[in-house]
Amino acid sequence: MKKVYGSAQEALDGLLFDGMFIAAGGFGLCGIPELLLQAIKEAGTKDLTFASNNAGVDDFGIGILLQTRQVKKMISSYVGENAEFMRQYLSGELELEFNPQGTLAERMRAGGCGIPGFYTKTGVGTVIAEGKEHKEFDGETYIMERGLVADLSIVKAWKADDTGNLIFRKTARNFNPPAAMCGKVCVAEVEEIVPRGSLDPDLIHLPGIYVHRIVQGEHEKRIEQRTTRKREDA
Amino acid sequence: MPWDRNQMAERAAAELQDGWYVNLGIGIPTLVANYTGDKEITLQSENGMLGMGPFPYEGEEDPDLINAGKQTITELNRTAYFDSATSFGMIRGGKIAAAILGAMEVAENGDLANWMIPGKLVKGMGGAMDLVAGVPRVIVVMDHTNKHGESKLLRECTLPLTGAGVVDRIITNLGVLDVVEGGLKIVETAEGVSEDDIRAATEATIV
Repeated sequence: MKKVYGSAQEALDGLLFDGMFIAAGGFGLCGIPELLLQAIKEAGTKDLTFASNNAGVDDFGIGILLQTRQVKKMISSYVGENAEFMRQYLSGELELEFNPQGTLAERMRAGGCGIPGFYTKTGVGTVIAEGKEHKEFDGETYIMERGLVADLSIVKAWKADDTGNLIFRKTARNFNPPAAMCGKVCVAEVEEIVPRGSLDPDLIHLPGIYVHRIVQGEHEKRIEQRTTRKREDA
Repeated sequence: MPWDRNQMAERAAAELQDGWYVNLGIGIPTLVANYTGDKEITLQSENGMLGMGPFPYEGEEDPDLINAGKQTITELNRTAYFDSATSFGMIRGGKIAAAILGAMEVAENGDLANWMIPGKLVKGMGGAMDLVAGVPRVIVVMDHTNKHGESKLLRECTLPLTGAGVVDRIITNLGVLDVVEGGLKIVETAEGVSEDDIRAATEATIV
């Protein structure tokens, strides 16, 4: 079965519908599926719910779908870098569900693993716990969080083979594996598709079983906060 | 003289033991890395890295290598990368020995508030709730009072909590206090600061 597609548009063909739930990888602007997000913008799919740790910045990442009002709801842990997001949220146009970062990652992982709910100490005694089942284990209180299953996962990896085995690079791995796992369908964009047999099987980060479609493309890979140190003069 | 930012960071670094895996928050906690001396401290960045190195030299920034504050950083010869679910697995699982983080308010029962001010722009809790719930030793580093001169060490937090009963030790510009049965206990004062000075600047019960 062919998993490799020629463009992000082709890779998403037949998968998009209004009101759908999409899980996206990335942390800040690092390791985000920038080509697939652009293709969703061009497709004009509306009323989207996104599970994504962040919401991009105004003109990059999920931010480009906020500009076109394609997003109905975000499930995120931190959305601080996006003025348009805040404008839509404060005016009531955009729904926002804050999840603690680790809870969000585990909700994705669990959903992909067939685990409909799990218990965690994270958020006990805070607003996050309101309305959730509390349960004691060994004298400690935990709350139940639900696994997430998305209609579609969009992720970014460094390298893939044509069967969808993925390798990520440095901290660009972040939410990509759990996001990929929780989708009924997962589309991955990569910097390079390498010949079958050229990835070391011991070093695959995400097996191709989780990846249904792959597209290779050029990535801008924008840096959000460029921090450096001065070279000491020798 | 109360401690300045760097002295607070240096005092916080003295809390860390050789071999520990540690998560440092943004602000003064980040400075703690400058004072770990000969101890082998492995810094975790919750976006998926153990063994966080310093900022890169100009021209060597890598967009695929950032910390949880989204700043460009470098790796070390012992660095390991992993995904966010694994990262918070080690946090939730109690594998990270200590978390050092800033706060808006700490209550005498160890409640911590550092993620939102009602009515103001809410950016989100990021990984803070996971860290304070999962890491066995939570150390807060913050100024003793806010910009209006009011105590940030309170009987009860007024802001929405990040975690309930999670703080173990507080390092402020005036000294070091532990959360104990019945309130806060002064364990150290900054040079030239008396216990009475701390009592006068603290709303929380001092035991």
